[in-house]
Amino acid sequence: MSENTAVDAVVLEGIGKTFPGVRANYDIDLRVRSGTIHAIVGENGAGKSTLMKTLYGMHQPDEGTITVEGRQLVMSSPTEAIAAGIGMVHQHFMLADNLTVLENVILGAEPVGRRGVLKLGEARERLHTLMASLGVHFDLDAPVSSLGIGQRQRVEILKVLYRGARILILDEPTAVLVPQEVDELFVNLQRLVAEGATVIFISHKLDEVLAVSDEITIIRQGTTVATVTPAEVDRRALGQLMVGSELPDPSGRESAIGDEVVLEITGLDVAGHAPGSKLALEAISFAVRAGEIVGIAGVEGNGQLEICEAILGLVAAQRGSIHLEGRDVTNAETRDRLALGLSYIPFDRHREGLLLEAPLWENTFLGREEDPSMTSGPFTVRRRMEADSRTVIERFGVRTPSEQVPAFALSGGNQQKLIVGREMASNPKVLLAAHPTRGVDIGAQAAIWEELRRARDNGLGVLLISADLEELIGLSDTILVAFDGRITAHLDPETATPELLGSFMTGEMQETH
Amino acid sequence: MKKDRLQRMLVTSASSVLAVVVALVICAVLLKVTGKDPIKAYSTLFGAASEGKVLQDALNRATPLFISAAAVAIGFKMNLFNIGVEGQMRVALLSTAVVGGLVELPAPLHVLFCLVVAMVSGAAWAGIAGYLKVRRGVNEVISTIMLNFVALALVAWSFDVFFREETDSASLLVKTKELPTSAWFPDFVDRRLNGMLVVALLVLVFFYVLVWKTKFGFRLRASGGNPGAARVTGVNPMRMVAISMLLSGALAGLVGMRALLGDVHAYQNGLAEQQGFNGIAVALLGRNHPVGILFSGLLFGFLSAASGKLQLEEIPKEIVTIMQGIIVFAVVIINGAVKRWDERRIQRRAAAELERRAVEVAAA
Repeated sequence: MSENTAVDAVVLEGIGKTFPGVRANYDIDLRVRSGTIHAIVGENGAGKSTLMKTLYGMHQPDEGTITVEGRQLVMSSPTEAIAAGIGMVHQHFMLADNLTVLENVILGAEPVGRRGVLKLGEARERLHTLMASLGVHFDLDAPVSSLGIGQRQRVEILKVLYRGARILILDEPTAVLVPQEVDELFVNLQRLVAEGATVIFISHKLDEVLAVSDEITIIRQGTTVATVTPAEVDRRALGQLMVGSELPDPSGRESAIGDEVVLEITGLDVAGHAPGSKLALEAISFAVRAGEIVGIAGVEGNGQLEICEAILGLVAAQRGSIHLEGRDVTNAETRDRLALGLSYIPFDRHREGLLLEAPLWENTFLGREEDPSMTSGPFTVRRRMEADSRTVIERFGVRTPSEQVPAFALSGGNQQKLIVGREMASNPKVLLAAHPTRGVDIGAQAAIWEELRRARDNGLGVLLISADLEELIGLSDTILVAFDGRITAHLDPETATPELLGSFMTGEMQETH
Repeated sequence: MKKDRLQRMLVTSASSVLAVVVALVICAVLLKVTGKDPIKAYSTLFGAASEGKVLQDALNRATPLFISAAAVAIGFKMNLFNIGVEGQMRVALLSTAVVGGLVELPAPLHVLFCLVVAMVSGAAWAGIAGYLKVRRGVNEVISTIMLNFVALALVAWSFDVFFREETDSASLLVKTKELPTSAWFPDFVDRRLNGMLVVALLVLVFFYVLVWKTKFGFRLRASGGNPGAARVTGVNPMRMVAISMLLSGALAGLVGMRALLGDVHAYQNGLAEQQGFNGIAVALLGRNHPVGILFSGLLFGFLSAASGKLQLEEIPKEIVTIMQGIIVFAVVIINGAVKRWDERRIQRRAAAELERRAVEVAAA
């Protein structure tokens, strides 16, 4: 392997990192050759992020050595990592919307001349060179708010390059992109690598990893288990290396879709956020029948949240109607809609799903205050709330010492299982499931899919919103695409491919009526 | 599990106890620096606890604090900061002194009538801040503080113009017309401990049951703990704001009743002054929990009851006010630190427990 490179970009040997009660990394060995794209794959919770934080100087390993471009380093902060030529592009963009591309890039590393004057011309020149090496072009004076998600990510990469990084760490860079944008990103990255940079690419999307990387290192349960090249493995083999067992599969159906329409939306308009702005939802119509899963694909922010909020009654319908179980609930209160058998797995479990400081038995009670089995008149009955919570924990395999633990002490996957369990515990007729398996490990994902399938076979109607196209295609009976507040496609999951969905999601294709 | 709950309680109270200790230490330094003997001061102060009279006085002084702390805490429970207890109390004082004197009723009913008037007028004044928040999005901290000034001036003015009783007595104190004896709240211990204590304790019980044992209370705490999560479960945040503001104001109305119905029996300027503000401190130290409020209210009541003793030793009794102020500061600072430490502790324990079980399963 040493024929084309004199020095490896990064060598990690025997890295271990323990947090109180958790051994996040141990015996990590990683060799990243200069001028390559090296993917690091593993399940959520396998220890990828911990490892990258170690490499980026955000914390120090308990044991092992880090060698960057032949020099052994001890980095006590990201500043030192940057000085060593390591840059990190975070999953969540850290850009100031109201500043221009140029201002964002230089923010925190401003080229300051004498008397504190910004030397913008110099920065501009360097940026043009960097843009050329990345193969992108931006109007440097355009505000970042005018850019799309894919372009913002490129600005993040420019930021890192501008600071002199030769080794780029990209943390799940494709999580927020549609397939076409992913392809563009990969073209850019390959170009960058050809210019001599090194890319470390963290992902759990196996197809992408196989398509773009030169080498792949698999992390499982805190340690590196193998390093392979894409030529040596296929998707299944890689997946099994990652999980250590068979991959779960979202598809499968044993029962037929019922005839009863449990949720019907007709010609729904919802006003925009600011007065006078365009409609947030326009002419939305669809129906969900008992035992059916209707999937909604779409880039985040194209109306999915508003659809859920309108069905829940959190935003008012300007026009059109919403029927639940055949009843017109267009103007009904949220609580009455929930009482009719509506359940909601929210988009963001921390913001809308949990009382983080409250014990689990209060969390499983949330939204079920009218459940007569846990209340007595206006009073709640703690004993019964606790017993019910234990049932949810048991049934959904939430890993926790007891129901008395506050929700913040659970891992993300277990928090999600708790929410899914709570929403299923009320035996709903209609479930709005927004990203039900986002950020959970594969075991939890399989468990949640299994529960959704079982409930569907028992007649539950599900509106599934997901960014995981495989999940959408595997679970849904019909797939709708939300674009710009409208439904722009009705697709059959039997024939839909991620690429086809992507074309609709970016608005490149639209069905005409 | 019982052990877990006990531990959480201990941790919660630990930061308050620590805050008191810190305040005692700082005040000792202050005393020392100003040339007083801290040991003598504290032995005088806490030595007063052996005197029955002081303890009765302490309970009497704690009575309004229990109520005002509950009024503040009920708002805190849903992240609503009612800083206006003082103003609500003041409005309730004058309206009760006036309206209570307009009716003739047998004793227990007359007292009850006065308490209802006080609650309604307190709630009405708090309702202004509630309305502004719900309809106009005005921050309740700002509006309640401002309404305190308005209440103070409005009450003083209308008292002076409409309700003051012209007396020919030599007393310089102007008052409203004295309430008939049927509206007087009887004393337990004559002129020393008023029966309003019972009402205050009932308020604490009511507060506990309402917030921790009812569906409404659960929703209230849910909207305080995570407004987003409460919203998607059908809790209307604005309605919740309105209800808790009214509830808080109703309790605030009761704060001054020990002074009015149990002591002076008429409104006068300066009546029950500061008791609304002190409730904020008591609620903070009591961690917004009725049991905590019971202890911190007693402490504050005792400190002010015993402060008179200090003067006999030529130690300025203001040291007690300083102490109370430092306690509040310390409790806010220490709470933050203890909370972070406790969260880490809980997380560690949960992780360790899961690991232990995994090992057990693997062994079996």
